[in-house]
Amino acid sequence: MRSFLLTGSGGGFVPPSTADFNLPPIFGHNVYTTKPIALVVLSVILVSVFFIAASRKAAVVPSKLQFAGESIYAFVRNDLARDVIGHEFMRFVPYLFTLFTFILTNNIFGIVPLLQFPAMSHVSFPYVLAIFTFVIFHAVAIRKKGLMPYLKEIMFMPGVPKPVYILLTPIELATFFVVRPLTLSLRLFANMFAGHLLLLVFILGGDHLLKGVVGLKLISPFAFTFGIGLTFFEFMVQCLQAYIFTLLTALYIAGALADEH
Amino acid sequence: MSFKSTAAEAAANPLVPHTAELIVGAIAFTLLFLVLRSKVVPMFEKAFAARTEAIQGGIEKAEQAQRDAATALSQYTAQLADARGEAQSIREEARVQGAAIIEDLRTKAQEEAARITASAHASIEAERQQAITSLRNEVGTLATELASKIVGEALDDQVRQSRIVDRFLEDLEKSK
Repeated sequence: MRSFLLTGSGGGFVPPSTADFNLPPIFGHNVYTTKPIALVVLSVILVSVFFIAASRKAAVVPSKLQFAGESIYAFVRNDLARDVIGHEFMRFVPYLFTLFTFILTNNIFGIVPLLQFPAMSHVSFPYVLAIFTFVIFHAVAIRKKGLMPYLKEIMFMPGVPKPVYILLTPIELATFFVVRPLTLSLRLFANMFAGHLLLLVFILGGDHLLKGVVGLKLISPFAFTFGIGLTFFEFMVQCLQAYIFTLLTALYIAGALADEH
Repeated sequence: MSFKSTAAEAAANPLVPHTAELIVGAIAFTLLFLVLRSKVVPMFEKAFAARTEAIQGGIEKAEQAQRDAATALSQYTAQLADARGEAQSIREEARVQGAAIIEDLRTKAQEEAARITASAHASIEAERQQAITSLRNEVGTLATELASKIVGEALDDQVRQSRIVDRFLEDLEKSK
């Protein structure tokens, strides 16, 4: 990792690494007082306060605040839940809505000044969310179809020649019980992790160049400009990842409710 | 970037979850879920329902008003037709009753007239009979007197006298 050493006056440049994601506890050695945990708690407070304030009046003619909250809610409710799940969608709206707002807020923390850390780049949080989704879509399917018919449906997809099951059954089992939750969490985690790392590279790099000789100082603005450009790009990725996580959850639930697979 | 113990062990693999974060993540998410489900989703749904209601309700109200108006109109038309029919029947009845009364009166008048005529006839007849009787008596007396005077013979005998008168009168009637 030290091969990036620059020979400026400021000494060697240490490129950001995974170690940068391990923030120390804010208070002593209490592992519950780390920055990501504080951010997650903050996100819960912010989202709750915002949406309670927005929905409190539930007016027919909405205020600006209500309109803003409603737009997000209606997006999850109509474009994600209703369009994907179908007529039983209303049961899942609270979960999908929580998922979307929670992930989105924590992702956007990555580019909010002062906070500047996406909590979802700590894999524990995506794991938790993926476990919730995993439990929910299996529970929905088992309640709808019964345990044995559901397993049978997964393992022996109808309309397939028998010998193909040798290949298909392990693949389907892996898909439903390993790949889905794993990809769901890792996709979110890796995007946030890589995005944050990328921003660190450009902004810390620019900072480091600024401390270098005059020639390097001149290059520094480019690094910062890139960093700012990437911040906008990150914003897009953060929204997209929140959307994808919620969309896939809705799709899994829709699959669990569907009669045929 | 100089965290000693925690950084060294966890930095090795960013895919290893932290227990504290798992716990806080689960609790935080569940809390948020409960808050949004109990406080936010119902309110937004209420707002949506109210909005749909406001739009659909407006249309439905207008339709209802139109239906009410149409019903009222048909009711009034029916009532008007009823009233007209009733008036017609009342007129008809009055006409019939009037005719009956006139007929009745006419009948009564005719009866009265007939009765008066009859009683007049009767009294005339009675008077005529009386006149005839008295006339006959008078004529008898006169004739007797006359005859006795003429014949000079007193016809004292009542029976004979009356027989003579009767014969006389019969002769008189026959000669008429």
